[in-house]
Amino acid sequence: MRYSALDIVRQAFSGNRHWKPVWREPQPKAHYDVIIVGGGGHGLSTAYYLAKEFGITNIAVLEKGYIGSGNVGRNTTIIRSNYLLEGNEPFYEFSMKLWEGLEQDFNYNAMVSQRGVINLFHSDGQRDAYARRGNAMMMHGVDAQLLDREEVRKMMPYLNFDHARFPVLGGLLQKRGGTARHDAVAWGYARGADQRGVDLIQHCEVTGIRRDEAGRVLGVETSKGFIGCNKLALATAGHTSVTGQMAGLRLPIETHVLQAFVSEGLKPVIHNVITYGAGHFYISQSDKGGLVFGADIDYYSSYAQRGNLATVEHTIEEGVSLIPGLSRVKVLRAWGGVMDMSMDGSPIIDRTPIDNLYLNCGWCYGGFKATPASGFCFAHLIAKDEPHYTARFLRLDRFERGLAIDEGGKGPQPNLH
Amino acid sequence: MASLITCPHCGSRPKEEFSIRGDALPQRPAAHAPDEAWHAYVYLRDNVKGVIFEHWHHVGGCRRYLVVERDNVSHDVLSVTDAARFRRAAASGQDGVVAAGKDLA
Amino acid sequence: MTPHRLSTGGLVNRAMPLRFSFDGKPLKGFAGDTLSSALLANGQMLMGRSFKYHRPRGPVTAGSAEPNALVTLGEGARSEPNARATVAELYEGMAARSQNRWPSLSYDVGSVNSLFSPFLSAGFYYKTFMWPASFWEKVYEPLIRRAAGLGRAVMAPDPDRYEKAWAHCDLLVIGAGPTGLMATLAAARAGLRVILADEDFRQGGSLLSETAVVGGLPAADFAAAILAELETLSNVTLMARTTVFGWYDDMVFGAVEKVQKHVALPDPDLPVERVWRIVAKRALLATGAEERPLAFGGNDRPGVMTAGAARTYLNRYGVAVGRKVAVFANGGSGYRTAADLTAAGIDVTAIIDPRTEISRAQVDLAGESLRILSGASVTATRGRLGLAGLVAERSGHEEVIDCDALLMSGGWSPVVHLLCQRGRKPVWSVAHQAFLAPDVGAAFVPAGSAAGLARLSACLRDGAEKAVALARDLGFAAYDTDIPPVEGEYDPAFAPLWYVQGSKGKAFVDFQNDVTVGDLSLSQREAFGHIEHTKRYTTGGMATDQGKLGNVNTIGIVSGMRGVSPEAVGTTTFRPFYTPVSFGALAGTARAEQARPTRRSPLHGWAARHGAVFVEAGLWHRSAWFPRAGEKTWREAVDREVLTVRENAGLCDVSTLGKIEIFGTQAAEFLNRVYSNAFLKLSVGKARYGLMLREDGIVFDDGTTSRLGPNHYVMTTTTAYAAEVMAHLDYCAQVLFPELDVRFASTTDQWAQMSLAGPKSRIILQRLVEDDLSDSAFPFLAAREVTLKGGLAARLFRISFSGELAYELAVPAGFGEAVADHLMEAGREDGICAYGVEALNVLRIEKGHVTHSELDGRTTADDVGLGRMMALQKPDFIGKRLSTRFGLTAADRLQMVGLKPIEPDAEIRAGAHLLKENAKPSTTNDQGFVSSACYSPTLGRHIALALLKSGRERIGEKILVWDRLRESEVLAEVCSPVFVDPDNLKLRD
Repeated sequence: MRYSALDIVRQAFSGNRHWKPVWREPQPKAHYDVIIVGGGGHGLSTAYYLAKEFGITNIAVLEKGYIGSGNVGRNTTIIRSNYLLEGNEPFYEFSMKLWEGLEQDFNYNAMVSQRGVINLFHSDGQRDAYARRGNAMMMHGVDAQLLDREEVRKMMPYLNFDHARFPVLGGLLQKRGGTARHDAVAWGYARGADQRGVDLIQHCEVTGIRRDEAGRVLGVETSKGFIGCNKLALATAGHTSVTGQMAGLRLPIETHVLQAFVSEGLKPVIHNVITYGAGHFYISQSDKGGLVFGADIDYYSSYAQRGNLATVEHTIEEGVSLIPGLSRVKVLRAWGGVMDMSMDGSPIIDRTPIDNLYLNCGWCYGGFKATPASGFCFAHLIAKDEPHYTARFLRLDRFERGLAIDEGGKGPQPNLH
Repeated sequence: MASLITCPHCGSRPKEEFSIRGDALPQRPAAHAPDEAWHAYVYLRDNVKGVIFEHWHHVGGCRRYLVVERDNVSHDVLSVTDAARFRRAAASGQDGVVAAGKDLA
Repeated sequence: MTPHRLSTGGLVNRAMPLRFSFDGKPLKGFAGDTLSSALLANGQMLMGRSFKYHRPRGPVTAGSAEPNALVTLGEGARSEPNARATVAELYEGMAARSQNRWPSLSYDVGSVNSLFSPFLSAGFYYKTFMWPASFWEKVYEPLIRRAAGLGRAVMAPDPDRYEKAWAHCDLLVIGAGPTGLMATLAAARAGLRVILADEDFRQGGSLLSETAVVGGLPAADFAAAILAELETLSNVTLMARTTVFGWYDDMVFGAVEKVQKHVALPDPDLPVERVWRIVAKRALLATGAEERPLAFGGNDRPGVMTAGAARTYLNRYGVAVGRKVAVFANGGSGYRTAADLTAAGIDVTAIIDPRTEISRAQVDLAGESLRILSGASVTATRGRLGLAGLVAERSGHEEVIDCDALLMSGGWSPVVHLLCQRGRKPVWSVAHQAFLAPDVGAAFVPAGSAAGLARLSACLRDGAEKAVALARDLGFAAYDTDIPPVEGEYDPAFAPLWYVQGSKGKAFVDFQNDVTVGDLSLSQREAFGHIEHTKRYTTGGMATDQGKLGNVNTIGIVSGMRGVSPEAVGTTTFRPFYTPVSFGALAGTARAEQARPTRRSPLHGWAARHGAVFVEAGLWHRSAWFPRAGEKTWREAVDREVLTVRENAGLCDVSTLGKIEIFGTQAAEFLNRVYSNAFLKLSVGKARYGLMLREDGIVFDDGTTSRLGPNHYVMTTTTAYAAEVMAHLDYCAQVLFPELDVRFASTTDQWAQMSLAGPKSRIILQRLVEDDLSDSAFPFLAAREVTLKGGLAARLFRISFSGELAYELAVPAGFGEAVADHLMEAGREDGICAYGVEALNVLRIEKGHVTHSELDGRTTADDVGLGRMMALQKPDFIGKRLSTRFGLTAADRLQMVGLKPIEPDAEIRAGAHLLKENAKPSTTNDQGFVSSACYSPTLGRHIALALLKSGRERIGEKILVWDRLRESEVLAEVCSPVFVDPDNLKLRD
């Protein structure tokens, strides 16, 4: 069922009684061309693009919980393509282009809102680093603006300009950056994939990977029995090491918990996405009025989708020091998502040493914005057995070869990225 | 665990006093070890879901590195050992560091 | 007396009237009122507007689960949006304003949304607003944003104070109702350190609304008597106005205390709120139970509220919620409330009870005169801004009943929130028809009605018994506590009714977010059947009350639609915060200039006296430049400072460099492993520049290390990486090389260190130093203790960052300013000046020295021209092994070079990129970037350091410095990064 303005009217007059299910609830078949493990944003977008762009439709997406129950439903909804390095910027810009056409493409309103993402700087050194990044973006044809203190003040007069521990000196603005409604992204891809014949199988946990004597993957053991496949694709960020282990892979990843927060609903007050440069704090306001924000990971290895109070306090201290007017606003809810922290802070979309096993992982904090390109590039890889041009650096062997893509310059300690 | 750590030198202390470094089990290879060993040491992690050994640096206290044995799902702390002692015990196969010993041997 | 205030009764202090205002209208209440009880007393039932349809709303509760009665409290910078009127303690001068309405609460244009509600069903926005594509952001979204939200944040700096504290106890009791009071008493008598926390400003919980007699006293007096005893016990801490909002690992609880939220003008010496981290050995959840609303048509009309709420308004506040009240209940609570109202002289028109079989006790409770419609339901309500009547339906027969309040009771849900915050889900109990707390182990248990108990007497007993058990578990000798007898308790039994079939009009399950039974039905039809999908699709449970009232009904209704048990539907995830907590409280004192500590060098005062302009450098304030009279720009000052250093001498504060004192018989071996260059043969009295790598072969930090004795070294690090280097050394010494005999300590704060640079530095310094400083006696890289005139021992290092003849002099921090003053005095005739980090930066760029602008965590030693520092002949050092990987040694890596603009006046800025002349800008054509740039007064032109692909082979090439971001393109010549004294003649002068 394709949504149209006419539909809305027709349904309204018939009590909204005739809307159809947005996806089927199929039983798994015995065998698929491609099985994608993980019904989160990346798994769903991979299925969608495989079906839509690469003509492969005999696909199952296996999800141990419900569609979108991973980090796609548990993030701060920021989209942007303001990266520095050659390994990242073209990939994230590809993603941004896909965001820009997403709703028309999958006929679902994911509320992509290009309200501008600004990274504030607080020292000359930071300004130089952001200038370097802004020029790197422009080198790739991406929009970037370097604002001075007064220009920032005009846009965001509520920031702490006069009594700040780390005064705001300016910011790097990407106007095309913004937010998207996270659940709708998952649902839109799921619906689009389902309409093209992809089987979305919820509550189906993968418990093992069956391989033949030569090591090739035959299929997966699941809570709904064995399901065979020609190609197996893992999109289980947060749990990649666990699923990887099923195939004997040891990966450059540590799992960490990142908390995020939402305030009570407020009338519009923060228009843009703001990132604090003197700490690590990012905030935007949802269309519902809640301030959505986050900061650092909790720093310890964790598979629990919840964090601790120290990080909560730290996050909110940063928030109030940047935006003093938040002080009397109340925080409504905190949640935690577990994520693959990779060894250089950049993701991996690659084949593995096992030749029909494909890997999409290592998204650190940044997986949401990558959802479209990640799916597209992973689909490209699965369909064609060669990397998409924009993902050609996101390889598994880059660590061995000394080709790390280290945006933060932090080195091989995953909790620093 | 992640709210309070009982430092063997300082007692029960809040998380804010610590800086967390990461997996405590990988052991630095000998200088002449094969490339694969060095790659694995620097870049690869077991990252198990369950009981792990992790380096916590008591920067706001005694400045000792501690090996915190912890369940990363329940967040229960099972043991806390001074890292140097942990390393020596593991090297000499003593009990005390038990579970980790097999990985370190 | 205000229209709905009863002439007697209640716990308000009628001797203390309070003035307050609502939407500017002056009103009166009493001390002990909440805002909502005072508004109700004044006949003001309409308190807010809902989120989506802007429907008029009054309070549904008398407590913290309130979804409707949200107001903005306070004025100006003290405005607090979204305050729940039902828990806001009334104070003299309180100014409250309604929200989410325009132009006024009783006439709100936004309520037109209700008319369009067929178009605004759950998830409607996902299916629409897509045509034309550009309209989403330009038209639809701005409209939606304006209509959404609730209160308004003023975004002004908060004038009040907040703080945070730790508390420790044997037992934390959460909730000071009957269960919590008895538990606290029992535990306290056993000698435990007990904290009793309760969100209310008056402790006693349900006892304050209760008409039963407990231990021979009216319930509220009984509560007061126990509290009076607890007050006398030194091992008990009573924390009123304190909400425990979260349960974290290791039995750490987060709580927020409203210290001064109940006064118009807070005492500036006290915080208004205080966040507590409570570390408890054991905890008891005595948070009671929440009464469920019923889902029927028009159940949101102002005047429709839970029976328990009306009972609280009546018994605790002496307020009648209506004059003609109807009750719609499926259990004892409705009957008890009706009886209380009747006793207070309020007209109860009918009890409508969907059950056909009602217990004798409940019928008796209602009394003979009360009309009971059993087997009946309310299907609709009448009225516009307030309730005027209801439609009851029984066996197909409809009856309109006039009423101005309708009290609903759908049974009770234990408040198990906190016990479910660490991963365990609540468990459905068929017997209780409710979700009960999961078993999380013996350290934290529920008691009383939070554990599913219904009767008051059972709660009193359970509280005491569980506390005794916990006390014994902790090794205390605890004795059973006498349980006071209860007279007049009622039978609270109920039969669940999830929603009323045949309802007319919208039946709400989430009041604030306007989620109706119809929305739930749509979500099921559209495959959003998983309860998380249902929640996310309909937004049910996502409002400021986080589904405290509605979630159980949602689950019950969905279970009915799907034909499964509530257990099979399950719950969504419980997460902090139990009720919303202000940013201010969680930030505590860390705000404004105090957001983080400020570090000041021991020479800060000296620099300030010389007029320094300070700049942020991490936590430090460093002197950036020292402007003099007549200098109009910072550049004029910096240029003068640079030239003075190059021609005469300058003094710069370098105290912020990290300083680490290293001792041990194997200190040399240790240094040899942590530095990439050789350190074994450094002789006593000598300094050496050292380069530290990460294990992945990338440069980590640089600095000098000097050998002061056979087993004694002092290391300096960069200012930015001092803490990281120290942590790294700890790691190396404790984890990697625990066999080495080496000890070290950070002494950054113990020494004042100053750099004296320039051709005249030796002459000047010699005037202060007893020791011979001639080149032969104290050559380049000499490092040793010297004696200053007057006898002060100091450390002197002949090292140079500027490229000039230079020394670094370190004295104990307390002597810093005096020594700096003497040096300035000693150098006056030679034209010495103070110089700051800006001049220092220019000097080092001119000399081609690197900082973390070049060492950005991605560069190798070779990249920055320090390949000679890689002592690969050493058997091992940190970073050696991985430094030779393909990617780190590739021929096209970026290498450090110098840049000179072809046009002498042209300026280059750091952050610009590099392109071949006439090349098209693209990521693949990108040749590198400018890492540092400055105007060089020495050369009289702008210069820069850059990292350029294969840069060292390209000296002499012309390259475009591409700075599109700042709309500048400058052609430059690639040159050596060393612009002054390439042969280091000055250093060895």
